[in-house]
Amino acid sequence: MARITASVYTSHVPAIGAAIDLGKTQEPYWQPLFQGYEFSKQWMKDNKPDVIFLVYNDHATAFSLDMIPTFAIGTAAEFIPADEGFGPRPVPKVIGHPDLASHIAHSVIQQDFDLTIVNKMEVDHGLTVPLSLMCGEPAAWPCPVIPFAVNVVQYPVPSGQRCFNLGKAIRKAVESYDEDLNVHIWGTGGMSHQLQGARAGLINREWDNAWLDKMIADPAACAKTPHIDYVREAGSEGVELVMWLIARGAMQDIAGDPGSIRVRHRFYHVPASNTAVGHLILQDV
Amino acid sequence: MALDKPYQDIPGTIIFDADQSRKGYWLNQFCMSLMKATNRERFKRDQRAYLDEWPMSEDQKQAVIDMDLNRAMALGGNIYFLAKIGATHGLSFQQMAGSMTGMSEEEYRAMMLAGGRSVEGNRVIGEDGTAQPHHQPQGQAGRKGH
Repeated sequence: MARITASVYTSHVPAIGAAIDLGKTQEPYWQPLFQGYEFSKQWMKDNKPDVIFLVYNDHATAFSLDMIPTFAIGTAAEFIPADEGFGPRPVPKVIGHPDLASHIAHSVIQQDFDLTIVNKMEVDHGLTVPLSLMCGEPAAWPCPVIPFAVNVVQYPVPSGQRCFNLGKAIRKAVESYDEDLNVHIWGTGGMSHQLQGARAGLINREWDNAWLDKMIADPAACAKTPHIDYVREAGSEGVELVMWLIARGAMQDIAGDPGSIRVRHRFYHVPASNTAVGHLILQDV
Repeated sequence: MALDKPYQDIPGTIIFDADQSRKGYWLNQFCMSLMKATNRERFKRDQRAYLDEWPMSEDQKQAVIDMDLNRAMALGGNIYFLAKIGATHGLSFQQMAGSMTGMSEEEYRAMMLAGGRSVEGNRVIGEDGTAQPHHQPQGQAGRKGH
C-alpha cells in the first residue's frame, strides 16, 4: 500500500531560482535564505521518497486565460520546465508517475473533487523552485513528481477549507494504491507578499508566524481563515497559502491519529525579492 | 444580485477576478505570446507594430509601451501575465513591483531589506499607511515639489 509519510511546505519565489541558476547562493543577500534549507537537503537524502505529490500554482505558464482549472493534476510521463519570458530554467525535466497520478485522479473525483486531468503541461518556477531548494542542483530529480496545479491567479480561488478537505481525499486516494510507495506531499507558495500596486512589498511577519503556528497545531481552525484575511494581512499574493492546506490535510494526524506527526524543521526569512519565505517539514513520528 | 467582493476596500490593490479577467483578456493573451523568444524579439524591435496585431484597447497598448503597470492592471492586466513584458525588457519581479510604488529601485530594495512594507495603516482604504492614495507616489518622487 502507498502511504503519505511527510509533508514539506515552502515558498517558491522565482528570484530564488534565478539566484541558484546564476550561482549567487553564497552572496550576502541570499546566503541566510539558503542556509535555512541546508537541513532540508540532508533530510531529503535521508528520507528519500518514491514519489513527490507537488501542490503549486501555475503563473500564467501552462494555463493562459484560455483555460483556468481550479485543480489540475498532471498525469503525463514527463513535464518540461517552461520558458517564462527569460528562457527555461536550466534544471532537469520532471519525470511524472502517470499510473499513481491517474489512480489519484480517479479516486479523488469519486470523492466529489472535480479535478482537471492534464496529459500535457509545461511546469514553471512554482514547481521547479521548491525542487531546487530541497534537492540542490542534481543531474536528475531524485524521484518522480506528480504536479498538482491550483488556481490562485484568478478570483475566486478555492477556499482554505476546500483545500484542506481535498488533502484528506488525496490521502485516501494514495492509501488505496496497491504498490508500496513512500509518498511525500508538498504545499508551496506564500508567505506574505504583494507584487502589485501602491501596497507592493507588504510583509507581515507576525501574521505569517501566527498562521504557521495554527497550521501546525490546529489546521482545522486554520482552514477556516477566509480569503479576505490572507489578502488584507498577507498581501494579494499571500492567498497562495491555501495550497499549504492541501498538504496539511493529507497528513496522518488529520486522518484520526492525533499527535502522530512532528515538526522536523521550521524556517522563516525576509526578504527574498518581494516575499517572506516560510518553510516547514512535518513527518510521521 | 451583486456578487460578494469583500476585497475592494484595500488600498493599492486590484484583485484579478472574473470581471477584470474579461476586461484584460487580450492584454493578458498578448503577454502570453512573449513566452516565445522569437516573439520577444519582434516585440522589442517594434512594440507598436507588434501590439497592433492584438485586439487590445488603445489605452492598454499605451500602458504597455509606457510600462505603466498600475494602469495595465486597472485595465484588466494580471501581474503574472504582465511579468512577461518585464522579463522581455530584462526586469526582475522586484523592479516591476517597485515601479508601481513610485519609489526608486534602491528605495524599494531598501524597504524590502528592512523587513518590507508594514501592514499597519494599509489594511483598509481611509487609514494613514504608506499605500494609501494620499501618500502616492512614494519615496523621493513623493517629496519633490513639497
